Amino acid sequence: MPKRVLLGALLACGLTASALAQEPRTGGVINAVIQPEPPGLMLAQVQNGPTQMVSGNIFEGLLRYSPKLEPLPELAESWSVSEDAKTYTFKLKKGVTWHDGKPFTAADVLFSMEMLKQTHARARTNLAQVDKIETPDDYTVVFTLKQPFGPFLGIFEVGSMPMVPKHLYEGTDWKTNPYNNAPVGTGPFMFKEWQKGSFIRLVKNPNYHEKGKPYLDEIYWQIIPDAAARSVAYETGKVDVLPGGSVENFDVPRLSKLKDTCVTGAGWEFFSPLAWLWLNNRQGPLADKRVRQAIMYAIDRDFAKDVIWNGLGKVATGPSASTIRFYTDDVPKYPYDPAKAKALLKEAGYKGEKIRLLPLAYGETWQRWGEAVKQNLQDVGMNIETIATDVAGGNQKIGDWDYDIAFTYLYQYGDPALGVGRNYISSNIAKGQVFNNVEGYSNPEIDKLFADGATATPDSKRKEIYDKAQKILVEDVPVAWMLELQFPTITRCKVKNLITTGIGVNDGFKDAWLDK
Amino acid sequence: MVSFVAQRALKGVIVLLAIVVLNFFLIRLAPGDPAVVMAGEAGASDQVFVKQLREKFGLDKPLPEQLFIYVKGVVTLDLGFSFRQQAPVAKLIGERLPATLLLTLTAFAISLMLGVLFGTFAARFAGTFLDTAITVFALIFYAMPIFWVALMGILLFSVTMDWLPSFGYETVGANLTGVAHALDVGAHLIMPAMTLGLFFMATYTRMTRASMLEVKRLDFVKTARAKGLSDAVIQRRHVLRNALLPVVTLAGVHSGTLIGGAVITETVFAWPGIGRLMYDALLQRDYNLLLGVFVICSAMVLIFNLITDLVYRLVDPRIEFAS
Repeated sequence: MPKRVLLGALLACGLTASALAQEPRTGGVINAVIQPEPPGLMLAQVQNGPTQMVSGNIFEGLLRYSPKLEPLPELAESWSVSEDAKTYTFKLKKGVTWHDGKPFTAADVLFSMEMLKQTHARARTNLAQVDKIETPDDYTVVFTLKQPFGPFLGIFEVGSMPMVPKHLYEGTDWKTNPYNNAPVGTGPFMFKEWQKGSFIRLVKNPNYHEKGKPYLDEIYWQIIPDAAARSVAYETGKVDVLPGGSVENFDVPRLSKLKDTCVTGAGWEFFSPLAWLWLNNRQGPLADKRVRQAIMYAIDRDFAKDVIWNGLGKVATGPSASTIRFYTDDVPKYPYDPAKAKALLKEAGYKGEKIRLLPLAYGETWQRWGEAVKQNLQDVGMNIETIATDVAGGNQKIGDWDYDIAFTYLYQYGDPALGVGRNYISSNIAKGQVFNNVEGYSNPEIDKLFADGATATPDSKRKEIYDKAQKILVEDVPVAWMLELQFPTITRCKVKNLITTGIGVNDGFKDAWLDK
Repeated sequence: MVSFVAQRALKGVIVLLAIVVLNFFLIRLAPGDPAVVMAGEAGASDQVFVKQLREKFGLDKPLPEQLFIYVKGVVTLDLGFSFRQQAPVAKLIGERLPATLLLTLTAFAISLMLGVLFGTFAARFAGTFLDTAITVFALIFYAMPIFWVALMGILLFSVTMDWLPSFGYETVGANLTGVAHALDVGAHLIMPAMTLGLFFMATYTRMTRASMLEVKRLDFVKTARAKGLSDAVIQRRHVLRNALLPVVTLAGVHSGTLIGGAVITETVFAWPGIGRLMYDALLQRDYNLLLGVFVICSAMVLIFNLITDLVYRLVDPRIEFAS
């Protein structure tokens, strides 16, 4: 007997009731900005942010997630979990077709899993928990895990686990398959045209499996490489939607005041982007915990939030963002306290050794933040040298451990087992790799806590474990946590229901409609 | 002349191959490779995955072997495959080249025509207020960074006056055809072409002015005057024509720098050309695409320079083609 059957449809109705206060109107075209231009639209093979933003309309996953990260039905209409928390059975929605008219079945799910294991780094890691996948009939998929894995129901959104049409990819060379540039999915919008460097055009899927949706006729994703030009495009009415992160933060207050403009920070709950400074724990002064703690005290993170990020976001308390599961703020605190930072540096015997700082080459906001942090650290007597690099060069340096302090921000994917532990467990120390434990922090107790946390049941037990892990990490400061980032989405107010889930604009525009 | 062109074309091919080899190694000096970029974008990475990507891209092979494979491809006119964009490099460049050619050639024409015109006037009225005004006007555009002129242009002509579109190649979604489409593209072209053209105009103005003043002092001009020719004829037929040689040389040199300037102009105005393609390829360490763009740009520069040499002959019949 299933332990619990989640009636996703009911949850979906709940979402619909709250989100759709007005009767949606059908028709209309939305012009949205996409930045940078996606290298490709085949979500199973390209996991670049803009790819998901566009392709989240074309492809679908088995599930979506509410802003509170509860699973919602998408291609799976219901699901159940066995008593031992090792078997997950998904019932697929019937009557779903690919954009070319072929039916979507369990065979597509099975094929997608095989492909993703080879092409999608994150899916590959998540699927490592799976012992076998079976498809007893066309509309049932059974995942049997090697051991219980707490966040398993959290890995099925479209960007993490997009479904791929088996009939178009099986037996082909995936990397050169012509459908990579004319993708075929099951989503609410179909790929129509991509004029490279100009725009991507999606049109309504008339056979979409949710009756009446989508409401919009077309979406134009306009490619405008310059941040200032994107702001102007909105001001002059050429685009209606600036998804989170499209314009520099210092432009947000000005654009927000424009007539008929609505701004929301919602839609990032699933990703929960958290910014921090990698601190190379291996060598030099930063090997000393007191120096790392001094860095936490030395940096004015409220200033960064209020001035550099224009009041958007939240000062981070530790390794978990407050929006993900099992977060606790019951951890040691590091208020801005330069005097304490100086005292700690003195106690640690810091003698002004040179420390290399790598800012993040993501534009003006990050550059300014790099300058502010440098000044904060210099104010307490640290000798900071900024190393300029582009994103690829920065990643290489960080992966090769050739840095002292480096800016980053990473998504947390709703659960510490998916997006937190990876940065602190010692088995993830591997030279040449980015975004794992590049700081070189090694603590057997933390290793055990994250291993236990991923497999423990019930959730109350997981919470206990993660509370403890967060406390230890914040005490040890393996990295310096800065801000929970917020990327506001700016739209004309006539654009309704653009963001209805915790995945936000990355989840497609199937609920969106245009008023008037 | 035919043997001259053939000889230059052969030399051009050799230069092109040297550029390919040089760029091949230069690109790889930059830290980071496509596998690192892609693993980074996935928000996760493990050694096996990155290794798989490197194998897929052929980056696991020794550098000389990678070079051999690439050069062999170029020789057979195959610019390779962009793994980032999952498409043949030639196709990607082919999609974007017309827009860049339209922009750079228009900017080139604007800069050359306005530059020579203003330079002629400045020389004709040397030392007067008109001369000073032209020189200052030209220098202003030369001194200001291209991106700044571009942004100010957008603010003035798009945001404030609403005369010209601020970005793009055409009005997206308008589905115009024929003359209406050409006019639409023309409206989109004005600002980027003027921005790029005005920057280069300054050097032509200065060069034309200086060269004309120098030629004006030569004996054959005095002879022409003594023959009783009108001032306009002297200026046009004798002074300007002889003064144009250094301007033509400069134009040949500019063919390369125009493409460099196009990267910035294309970025600010969202003009879908290869300048922007090159910039994105660099950031993403898309080696094949980047090399492909370099090959095409180098070929264009070589062709422009060949044309320059041919124009020399037209401007000055005394110059003969060495064969």
